[in-house]
Amino acid sequence: MTATTTDAPVLLRGATLPNGGSADVLVADGRVAAVDSCAADQSRDVETIDCAGLVLLPGLVDLHTHLRQPGKEDAETVETGTRAAAMGGFTSVHAMANSTPTADTAGVVEQVWRLGRASGWCDVHPVGAVTVGLAGQSLADLGAMADSQAKVRMFSDDGMCVHDAVLMRRALEYVKAFGGFVAQHAQEPTLTAGAQMNESELSGVLGLAGWPAVAEEAIIARDVLLAQHVESRLHICHVSTAGSVEIIRWAKERGIDVTAEVTPHHLLLTEELVRSYNPVFKVNPPLRRDEDVHALRAALADGTIDTVGTDHAPHTAETKQCEWTVAAMGMTGLETALPVVQEAMVETGLMDWAGVARVMSATPARIAGLEDQGNVEEDGTPVVGSVANLLLWDPAVRCVVDPATHTTKSRNSPYEGRELPGRTVHTFYRGRRVVADGVLAEPFRHAPVEEAR
Amino acid sequence: MGADPTAPRSDRARAARTVLSGADIQRVLTRIAHEILESNRGAQDLILLGIPSRGVPLAQRLGEIVARIDPSFDAAASVGQLDVTLYRDDLRRSTSRTPAPTRVPDRGLDGAVVVLVDDVLFSGRTVRAALDAVADLGRPAAVRLATLVDRGHRELPIRADFVGKNLPTSTAERVHVVLSETDGTDVEDAVVITDAEKEA
Amino acid sequence: MRHLLSTVDLGYEDALAILDTAEEMAAVNEREVKKLPSLRGRTVVNLFLEDSTRTRISFEAAAKRLSADVINFSAKGSSVSKGESLKDTVQTLAAIGADAIVMRHWSSGAAQQLAESGWVDAAVVNAGDGTHAHPTQALLDAFTLRRRLAGSRGVDSTGTDLTGMRVVIVGDILHSRVARSNVWLLHTLGADVVVAAPPTLLPVGVGSWPCRVTYSLDEALAERPDAVMMLRVQAERMGGAFFPSAGEYTRSWGLTAERFALLDSRGGQVLQQPVVMHPGPMNRGLEICDAAADSPHNTVLEQVANGVSIRMAVLHLVLNNDPEA
Repeated sequence: MTATTTDAPVLLRGATLPNGGSADVLVADGRVAAVDSCAADQSRDVETIDCAGLVLLPGLVDLHTHLRQPGKEDAETVETGTRAAAMGGFTSVHAMANSTPTADTAGVVEQVWRLGRASGWCDVHPVGAVTVGLAGQSLADLGAMADSQAKVRMFSDDGMCVHDAVLMRRALEYVKAFGGFVAQHAQEPTLTAGAQMNESELSGVLGLAGWPAVAEEAIIARDVLLAQHVESRLHICHVSTAGSVEIIRWAKERGIDVTAEVTPHHLLLTEELVRSYNPVFKVNPPLRRDEDVHALRAALADGTIDTVGTDHAPHTAETKQCEWTVAAMGMTGLETALPVVQEAMVETGLMDWAGVARVMSATPARIAGLEDQGNVEEDGTPVVGSVANLLLWDPAVRCVVDPATHTTKSRNSPYEGRELPGRTVHTFYRGRRVVADGVLAEPFRHAPVEEAR
Repeated sequence: MGADPTAPRSDRARAARTVLSGADIQRVLTRIAHEILESNRGAQDLILLGIPSRGVPLAQRLGEIVARIDPSFDAAASVGQLDVTLYRDDLRRSTSRTPAPTRVPDRGLDGAVVVLVDDVLFSGRTVRAALDAVADLGRPAAVRLATLVDRGHRELPIRADFVGKNLPTSTAERVHVVLSETDGTDVEDAVVITDAEKEA
Repeated sequence: MRHLLSTVDLGYEDALAILDTAEEMAAVNEREVKKLPSLRGRTVVNLFLEDSTRTRISFEAAAKRLSADVINFSAKGSSVSKGESLKDTVQTLAAIGADAIVMRHWSSGAAQQLAESGWVDAAVVNAGDGTHAHPTQALLDAFTLRRRLAGSRGVDSTGTDLTGMRVVIVGDILHSRVARSNVWLLHTLGADVVVAAPPTLLPVGVGSWPCRVTYSLDEALAERPDAVMMLRVQAERMGGAFFPSAGEYTRSWGLTAERFALLDSRGGQVLQQPVVMHPGPMNRGLEICDAAADSPHNTVLEQVANGVSIRMAVLHLVLNNDPEA
């Protein structure tokens, strides 16, 4: 991909690197041209941005985003969702397949991919459905989606679990043909019929049908064994329980090719919030116990969990301002992901900024096979010559979350009224400063798509 | 509630003024008992209903005195209590909303001469509520009102038939009736006036 | 008390105030003029989004005896866009001038959501929400038990609690809002509460509830309870979903004629003649035998009468709420 226009070079002066040092970083021709502690000689002819106090991170990569287009454009569109992503510091998002129609054919995934390119706020990689219509009955056109312009490698029925063991086995086997992987939404459906919240002492008191941890853990246990058996690659979406962490740790110790993701909200929020019956806290998998939150944080810090996926799930007001039991499940997350990770992981001392660069960019880019994303050294320093997908983050500010000010089309943020740290100051997407001084600037313009392949 | 009006006050506050002592109260109740019997020409069909909280022990004391004067009066069967909480016109603003029991003598109120007994007659609103409550309980031949203290400031066209003591007060003052039945056996019966503003 | 939403957060003093107020309401219900002016000019809306004629007429009678204007709004919510209609519905009711909304709802937590939503200023009385709470049912059960207890001791029930009483709640605890509300309220009032149910009908975490738990009704009955509260068994729980068959349920957890006779002959902790309670309607032959259903120790009709008194008390207390308090 090449830019239709090339932006003038920019010098990011005095940015703090994830390793704690500071550097001047030159962005030119859409790439990281130089990372130098004294790039002063270049500064005379180029625009300079004072980055003192700002942490320079690789652009964030989200493996788990719901952009709602096609089908639910009243909740989000590719345009609004990618704007929100840019504001959150993301330069790549993976659009889940549960749109209407389902992204289970080459046509739909190409449509989403084109909408993403037209928007130009960040890369949009469509996730292909594993089964037709997410119905869990028969495999979708996995190969056709892989061969499409969208080059789908990640397949998921997210929102639904591929619960049929044989079907899951076949999916894991089939995607090996083109280097794909299956991202499982681990939820045994028969154990969670009508489930409303984590099954616990609290669900009993609140009279809400429980979503037991075992419904997640049983599927993860089955699927890591299936992945081992067929020698394929498995990704576990939104791990939410301490027990799941133990199973994944066990699987990794055995060399099973499994990766796992945790959402920001499962790193910070607990089921106690459900006491309010406010549907903004209704999400799938549900908010769990404090013990789970701490196990998930520890697992993210020690690498058992590989990445943070936002599970950004925008919903319209009418599907949230209603009774708990009929409210839609999900929370917005793109614009609060890094603040939550800073709060839950960095400020608790569990993770440094190099770790953040790893779990929110380098590792998800590696999982998804993205060449242009997450290109950093071990210590988080951007690789010279790589595509300039960068985030300049101010970790010192603290803001009270007001969903009304969010860029996403929907307002279902569970953090409303909560003070969180950090703020996106600049987002560079393919060398273009798409967010400048905390506000959206101009999108990147991709070259026209070549029709013939 | 709970503050002892007879306790020493701060220097700024005017001392509480006792207007009726325990002996005065007893004397006044005896006079009222005589007046009731005289106006009723005896004790027949007479029912005394105390209005909670302090009207209740006053009605009981009055009943005992009436029975001593006229042995035909069966105090146990003729003295009751009438709660007016649910008939008040200031329910939305009142602080105590749990009603006290209403106890009406077994023979009922129909045809009886009902004497309502309260401690302090002030705005008249409590008595207005009591008249409504009585009407829902039966149809007495007559309803009278006895009060230990009438402090004036009526807001309704209501007057007492039997008054222990007329007590001119300012609206800034508060009248406390202290009775051993309601306020504890360690205090002496009394009627005390304090300055409401300085009390707070 | 601004709203009545559940019994979990209902303190001892407030619970007693409701019961004591209900005593006075009961006295009114026994006299010729069954009317009080305390809610004159106020509007009470019975918003029933789930069928329950019994509870609705009980609230209706209660509101009318307090001179309130009553509007009944019954609608079985369709499964589509139920939520939107709640907000719109209650805002319509607010515009009509509802001072209190008595709501029966199929969704757990709906009453609390309404109270905290800011959609309306009206007082909210929970008349049963999903499988969460049914506080007025628990209050009328407690009221019934308290009267029996005071009666057996020959004292006035006003001001008393349930200390010394043992109450067994039997059956589908998992799905029962009546059980939930009773466990907390009866415990708050000093009773020893035992729940007896098949393990499949007990919620996860029931061990942390303020009650004892047993899988054996016979064990619970051997402890000489003063009251046995039989919960209605829903037909859809049978057939292997939660227990194998109606017959097996009755054998293990039904108040059979044998168990009823034993209960009666043993006597309770404080009541010589233990009482049998049921929130109604009863499944005769399933959870309760005819002998127990028709026994004078069955308080079902007493519970119905007491329900009106309790609901009068609750409406009086929430609507004549001191805004300063």
